[in-house]
Amino acid sequence: MVSKYYPRMGETLYTHTLDNGLAIQVIPKKGFQKSYAMFATNYGGADRRFRYQGEWLNTPAGVAHFLEHKMFDMPDGSNALSVLSANGASPNAFTSSAMTAYYFECTEGFQENLKMLLEFVSTPYFTEESVAKEQGIIGQEIRMCEDSPDYALYYNLLKCLYARNPVRDSVAGTVESIREITPDVLYACHKVFYHPSNMRLCCVGDVEPEAVCALAEQVLPKGKGEVPARDYGSAEPGKPASFRHKAAMEVSNTQFLFGAKLTPAKPGPDRLRQVLTGDLALRYLMGESSPLYTSLYAKNLIHTDFSAELDYAAGAAMLIAGGEGRDPHSVLAAVEEALSELRRDIDTEAFQRIRRTTLGYCIRSMDRLGGLCTSLAEAGFAGYCPLDAPEMLENITPEEVRQALLDWLQPERIALSVIEPLRP
Amino acid sequence: MEAIRTELKPGVFLTCLQTDKFKTACLSLNLLTQLNRDTASLGALLPRVLRRGCRQYPDMEALSRELDRLYGARLDSVVRKRGEVQCLGFYADFVDDAWLPGGERLLEQITGLMGQLLLQPFTRGGLLLQSYVENERGKLLDDIRSLINDKQAYANRRLTEQMCFGEDYAVAVLGSEETVGSIGYQKLTRYYRELLQTAPVELFYCGSAAPERVAAALSDALATLPRGEVNFDIGTDIRMNTVEETTRYFTESLDVTQGKLSMGFRLGDAMEDPDFPALRVFNAAFGGAVTSKLFENVREKLSLCYYASSALDLHKGVLLVASGIEFDKYDAALSEIFAQLRALQDGQLTDAELIAARKAVATDHRAIADSPAALESFTLSQNLLGLDYGPEEFAALAEMVTKEQVVRIAGQVTCDAVYFLKGKEDEADDGQ
Repeated sequence: MVSKYYPRMGETLYTHTLDNGLAIQVIPKKGFQKSYAMFATNYGGADRRFRYQGEWLNTPAGVAHFLEHKMFDMPDGSNALSVLSANGASPNAFTSSAMTAYYFECTEGFQENLKMLLEFVSTPYFTEESVAKEQGIIGQEIRMCEDSPDYALYYNLLKCLYARNPVRDSVAGTVESIREITPDVLYACHKVFYHPSNMRLCCVGDVEPEAVCALAEQVLPKGKGEVPARDYGSAEPGKPASFRHKAAMEVSNTQFLFGAKLTPAKPGPDRLRQVLTGDLALRYLMGESSPLYTSLYAKNLIHTDFSAELDYAAGAAMLIAGGEGRDPHSVLAAVEEALSELRRDIDTEAFQRIRRTTLGYCIRSMDRLGGLCTSLAEAGFAGYCPLDAPEMLENITPEEVRQALLDWLQPERIALSVIEPLRP
Repeated sequence: MEAIRTELKPGVFLTCLQTDKFKTACLSLNLLTQLNRDTASLGALLPRVLRRGCRQYPDMEALSRELDRLYGARLDSVVRKRGEVQCLGFYADFVDDAWLPGGERLLEQITGLMGQLLLQPFTRGGLLLQSYVENERGKLLDDIRSLINDKQAYANRRLTEQMCFGEDYAVAVLGSEETVGSIGYQKLTRYYRELLQTAPVELFYCGSAAPERVAAALSDALATLPRGEVNFDIGTDIRMNTVEETTRYFTESLDVTQGKLSMGFRLGDAMEDPDFPALRVFNAAFGGAVTSKLFENVREKLSLCYYASSALDLHKGVLLVASGIEFDKYDAALSEIFAQLRALQDGQLTDAELIAARKAVATDHRAIADSPAALESFTLSQNLLGLDYGPEEFAALAEMVTKEQVVRIAGQVTCDAVYFLKGKEDEADDGQ
């Protein structure tokens, strides 16, 4: 195992890649009660068309998420969720457009729980009966999501931005698409995407890095596997497929989300640089201390829930911002006005101040062990390490931030999704 | 990590946890007041208005810039309901001094800023600024209205309002649309001045600084806090039995595709000299953990619902079951939830279930020690409950809870009210 100390963060990261291709990362945290482990595959809702052993395969929407639900069933009739829970661990899982992650947190018996995690995620077991039952449960989940304004707002925006990229479709699929899922589809996708070569194991807590490696080596299959190529459709232009979407739902106030596509930096340090540039840029332009935010807030055009971020998935990247607000068009007009000021110049003093904020957040993120585990996994699949952030931050220039904003937020690149109350 | 508690001024208490475990330090200030219909909105609005600006940083932009300069320190207004006590004030977290580049110190700057926000608000003619009050009032109103967006939380709130009608507990922590609407800047200023004189204050710090340094910084920051007759007569009225002899049922309709069931229970004699760790273990066995009866039977075995879980308010002695179901599963879900409670009352609790429930509670409490924010919240509750032990002790007590204790508590639990949020039948086919 290789270890590296990050003095600005006060943490040591241990890394190792097994012969079977599994990347392992461990950050030991002495004195913490809870330890976290995340076993993640580079396989999400958007990975629907892929090449395996020379052949292109199409799968229905929702398979990655369906698999996540069904992986807990064990051949002996037990349920890994219950077994881990009974052992005092809190297990869970999530599926995003880009990855599926299984994780647990526990205060004792870490090695035992880790063994269980590695085993159940590597053991597919599906029957006609269990798949049929799950179609009912996930159907309910899909319907519940459809009641959620946040969900509708988000996917309506993505459908504006993208014409083809599968990131525009719900991770869970639709009630119709999940009907096409059979045990055979699940076995096939498990075989393709759940090979250690396509996965990462991240652990944070009062744990022994060497013991984690030894256990993974012992439990998981040997030999390298094929990492499948994916097809997200032909490249899309910078302009959105459509500019506006409006819907009505049972909500109290109008909610809006606007966004723009951007070209994702290639995996590695470039990606980290883009992620941090995005953080600085959005904070500079519309963070709480920006003139834009404070004036919109004072005019009651935005609320404290207003937020902005960069999102990456399925070979795509986007900027997304929004919240509650009765007049989204005035918000967009104010953004455009702030940009025209930025076209002239960037306030370097404000930039320096904002960099302190981002640095503060990076240091403090080391306290949230679960979040740290997730960002290690996500960043790992994107080829960088989040602990490199403080050094990278020092290299980013005000001009870089200025150019990024002017490029990303060109008016013709922005799409807007709005949810209005049913009754005005 | 031992808690040190001191009284800085009459009715001003500081709980200090010195630790070098975190890179984040946290500090909170809570004014305590009785939650009631007339003042809840005033209490919810006040810290939001104070957070808008003080003499030195008169607007949000100036204040946010100062927070940027303090390495992105977060200093938010906060209002919480603990039983029938409204806790309002500020919560701050910031990079612990030990991890700042160049040996900078943030603690004194943060306590100073918090003191200024509380004691030197931006005023005109001695009154809180009208524009800030009106602006924040509008936002509070929006927040109250937007509670409907989360349908399960809405169902729980409607249940509480109807089940506890006539009790302060029925009052929402943000108050209601009606009471918010009537607040003007003069009225809020009067409320503010009175609260400063009379409210007990709970301060909390967790970080690497020594308790003496924290006490000195806060004493300095709060030097001008006026103290009159402090109102220590604040607390939660516990109702042990159901309001009527039989369970009351309420149903409402909204445009939703999934039904929301919310059930409220009283804890009977279990709230007479309550054993809090045992109550928590009972809740974990019934519906508070993924190994619970509700999760295993109602959700997993019978597929009756998408989720079913229970939550316990130790301050008030109210147990709440929340579940998302198909509209036509209402009777089946209800009878199965009652059946699971009866099973527990009849002593049907396996060793494995008991051990899992104990472990869930113990693990949850041990985990509190991993987060400054969780420690802050736990400590505030413990102080209000009059308990002086920490999360580790709570966990150890939970691990000793017996089956007899759990069954005895279950035997005291009675259902007071059931609320069901269903769809609109005439619009059932809309939008599908």
